[in-house]
Formats: sequence, structure tokens, C-alpha cells
Amino acid sequence: MEIKVLKDILSANDQIAQKNRALLENKQVFTINIMSSPGAGKTSLILETIRKLKNKVSMGVIEGDISSTIDAEKVKREKVPVLQINTGGECHLEAVMVNRALDNLPLDDIGLLFIENVGNLVCPGEFKLGEDRKVLILSVPEGDDKIYKYPLLFHLADAVVINKIDLLPYTKFDLEGFSLALKGINQKARLFQVSCTTHEGIEDWTDWVLSSMQRRKRTSRKKS
Amino acid sequence: MHELAVTQSMLDLVLEEANKTGSGKVQKINLVFGELSGVVGDCVQFYFEFLSKGTPAEGASISFKKIPTQARCRECGEVFTPEEFDWACPQCHRVGVEITAGKELYVESIEVE
Repeated sequence: MEIKVLKDILSANDQIAQKNRALLENKQVFTINIMSSPGAGKTSLILETIRKLKNKVSMGVIEGDISSTIDAEKVKREKVPVLQINTGGECHLEAVMVNRALDNLPLDDIGLLFIENVGNLVCPGEFKLGEDRKVLILSVPEGDDKIYKYPLLFHLADAVVINKIDLLPYTKFDLEGFSLALKGINQKARLFQVSCTTHEGIEDWTDWVLSSMQRRKRTSRKKS
Repeated sequence: MHELAVTQSMLDLVLEEANKTGSGKVQKINLVFGELSGVVGDCVQFYFEFLSKGTPAEGASISFKKIPTQARCRECGEVFTPEEFDWACPQCHRVGVEITAGKELYVESIEVE
């Protein structure tokens, strides 16, 4: 006997993601899911953002790694609430992991929450966490062809941050070609060029973070 | 790479649906996945054999229906399959597409005893 099912395999994850989203909206926390391959600069961009915005908005961080608390320690030094998730082998964060982490963060004192996903350009794309924005970082040494190799994440991103632009003179990274390819696969994504080492372009990025937060506030006010 | 989590979710879904109908063994799972989902059928098969042991889905076969990526040009409406390095519209050569297929990941049906 054949039974029609027609259900998304990850619907269980999506439901928990919706719960996270509702909780975060209720607490007025704007959440950004940061994704990239390992070493592209997720933690560095978060640290740069904290340093730039710490007088304007209260922040919190959820760190996702397979193991270790190295990244959480770095964030802690900036005196920002941080929670480390060790996935113990899983190559991405899932909504249920974030749900547990949210229980252990002082959400009433957080206006902007970063979720640093596990370094990976494939799997995090499939798993919604309850975030407001998905941000993808690509670093110059990785090459401009990654958009063709991992199209899904580039398609889903609300913003793409090219990091390590101070290394452009030493590589064959084609910024113009990349920008065109991104427009092809994702028209809505904002593109930023930054260097977390020289701090170039960081302000453009943090301006976008702040204006995205403002926009969300306005729309939620309209709703209520 | 994320097939272990995907397979576990698929198994949970299949067992839940089979349980609803009060049926016994699951014989076949008809799975639909898009090219962009990054799911590798062989890996799902491998994890499934391991995870389904001792459940009513043990020994079930999985049929994989792979959906190719399909895009629609936002300018002229042309529907096409993007080439590996070219997401521009083959008709009007503009960039800017909407992905109309290739992101699927769902259980279409199950066959039970």
C-alpha cells in the first residue's frame, strides 16, 4: 500500500526554528546567522563588529564549533555574553541546538545576536535556525569560484562579505566577475568588501547591520 | 556532508507516517531531492541501513528522484537549466534568476505492508 507523504524532511528542524524566531522576536533580539568555510573570518568579523558597535547596541554571540571553546574565549574577552555549542561532529548547527543555547543567554539584555555557524559552505544552508538574516563570508584566498561550487548558500544569503581584501594584490581573485555571478544567483544579496586586519570596509558592514535592525523594528511595530 | 542528520529526520518522518496508518513494515521510501540540496544518495542509503536497524523501516528500499536545478529569468521569463559556470539567461543574456527547482528535499510517499 502506498501512502502519500509529501513532507519536507527537515520540517522538524523548521518548526523549532520558527519557535526560536518567535522567542527572539518577542525579546526584540535581531539575529544574524554567520556562515563561511573554516578560516574565512567569521569570528574576526564578529569581533570587529562588537568593537565598532559596542557603544550603540548590546550584543551576544552563540559560537558553533565541532569542538573546543577557542572562539568563545575570544568573544568573552570583549565582555559580551557568549555561549559555545560543541556539535561533537555535526558539520552544521541545527535549530534545536540554538534553542538550548537561547535558554542560557540573557536575551533581555541582548539587542543583536550573532550565531556563528560551523565552518562549512554546504550543510548550514539546509538548516534554518530562526535567524533574521543569513550572512555568508567568503575570503579572498579561497578564490572567486566558490559561488559556482556551493551555489545554495550564495543563493540563500541576505549579505555576502568578502573578507581579507588586503590580500587582493597577491591573488587572482576577480571581484568584478564575482559580483556579477552573485547578481546572477541572488539579486537581493548585499555585497561588502572588508579586511578584518586593516579594518577597511567594516563601517559599511556595520551600517548595514544597524539599518537592518532598524528596518526590522519598524516592521514589527507595524505588526503589533 | 549532512546526510546523517538528513537521514535521521527522514527516518523519523517515515516512522511517524507509517505509525499513523497503523501499518507494519515499511517496504519502500520514495524520496525527492534537488540537485542544489547537496544530498548524496549513497550516503543516505549507508546511514539508513545503520539507523533503521530494529525499526519497522529496517530493510526498506529507498528510491531517489533527483530534480535538476531549474531557473527562471526575471527579465524575460525564460526557464532554463543553468550551466556550471553560467547562471545568465541563455535567451536575453541578463543575469538575475529565480530558482524554480533544485532545492527540494522531501518524502513523496512510502509503501507499507
